Amino acid sequence: MTDAIIRFDKVVKRFGDLTVLDELDFEVKKGEKVSIIGPSGSGKSTVLRILMTLEGIDGGVVYVDGEPLWHELREGALLPAGEGHLRRMRSKLGMVFQQFNLFPHMTVMRNITEAPVKVLGLSRKDAHLRAEELLDLVGLADQAKKFPHQLSGGQQQRVGIARALAMRPSILLFDEPTSALDPELVGEVLTVIGRLAEEHDLTMLLVTHEMRFAREISDRVCFFDRGQIREEGTPEELFTDPSEDRTREFLKAILD
Amino acid sequence: MHWSEYLLPLTEGAWVTVQLTVYSTILGGVLAFVFGIGKLSSNLAIKSVSVGYIEVFRGTSLLVQLFWLYFALPLAGMAIGIDLRLPPVVAGVLALGLNIGAYGAEVVRGAIQSVHQNQREAARALNFTPRQTLFNIVIPQAIPEMMPSFGNLAVQNLKDTALVSLISLGDLTFRAEQIRNFTQDSTTIYTLLLLMYFGMAVVLTIIMRIVERFAGRWRMAGS
Repeated sequence: MTDAIIRFDKVVKRFGDLTVLDELDFEVKKGEKVSIIGPSGSGKSTVLRILMTLEGIDGGVVYVDGEPLWHELREGALLPAGEGHLRRMRSKLGMVFQQFNLFPHMTVMRNITEAPVKVLGLSRKDAHLRAEELLDLVGLADQAKKFPHQLSGGQQQRVGIARALAMRPSILLFDEPTSALDPELVGEVLTVIGRLAEEHDLTMLLVTHEMRFAREISDRVCFFDRGQIREEGTPEELFTDPSEDRTREFLKAILD
Repeated sequence: MHWSEYLLPLTEGAWVTVQLTVYSTILGGVLAFVFGIGKLSSNLAIKSVSVGYIEVFRGTSLLVQLFWLYFALPLAGMAIGIDLRLPPVVAGVLALGLNIGAYGAEVVRGAIQSVHQNQREAARALNFTPRQTLFNIVIPQAIPEMMPSFGNLAVQNLKDTALVSLISLGDLTFRAEQIRNFTQDSTTIYTLLLLMYFGMAVVLTIIMRIVERFAGRWRMAGS
């Protein structure tokens, strides 16, 4: 138990007969930027969805900030967590979705301010100020009054990032944030994520197919395969000199 | 009696029909939301009551519901010593509203379920409570989906008001029957009746279209 802000301890996740996570052990340190790569169906996104409490687990324990995420310690035993515990834990995390998942009936400003007002209890004015700062950060200061469908995919995803940041999470999860974008819009989103990685002490966990980008921004890259981490290391190690055959095959397939 | 002399009593009847339609549609709308949301509740009692209400009122005839409220309920009340006699207007609005509410509840339920799971996940990730998610995220997106069906139900309801003439309420159909009994001029009267119902239905459809546009205005922003 070092300074790990996220720790998976023999976590099992099944969908019916399919074992998605097979006794996964995994750690992320505070402030670390970690990329998860791997073939589809290898359980990459599931790791993020479990952390965001969108999917439960079937075995093992997930720790966030030293506390079990899906369990509560009661009378010396780890019992399944109640909604109150999950709510408290959830406030440490934010998520950026592959499909953006913006609220289509709200303006950009409202998308970003709604949760801070309703969930954190900020005043409209404070939430507004916070949102303006964040829109500035993602380069959309002039789009506050628009509705999501009036924006390009890249702009929508940047709003998605601002919306997650408005809740001031200490861990930000990116679930294939550029996979749904047209190629020419990928760059603007990656620039924003890259800037966040550089300037903030946020812990970042990124599932991505953008290998070059993962290499640039990550402190560590994990190669997932069949529900486990097959290999992990610094971007240099993993991309230039992978030790596992599976990693080499995967990188070759995706980089060609 | 010249046909133009029919117009005044028919217009008076039409006004009663309009009032019945408006009140029962509003009542039905409220019931539709309460029980449509109730049917999706995780609370078994609330869910059962909602399902029970929807199935009973969809599964029985409106005419029988109306007669039951107007003729049977007072007798049932008398048996247990409570005065449950309802004025015809109240019985009419109740029967129509309860009926349309049961159909509307299914519309509300369907529209709520049609909102993409993505939206609920985003709301959960932002730590909205289930109630906030329902009322701030899901229902505002579901309402535009409901509107076309609500429009149909409202017109259906307008036409169903003709049944209340059978409990001596002076609506459009009741007045037409009175004049017909007096003059035997069936062709003229029923033709006028058709035209007047159709005219009201057209107006109602236009109103519902306007409401529909208003409810979905965020979809049209900028285009």
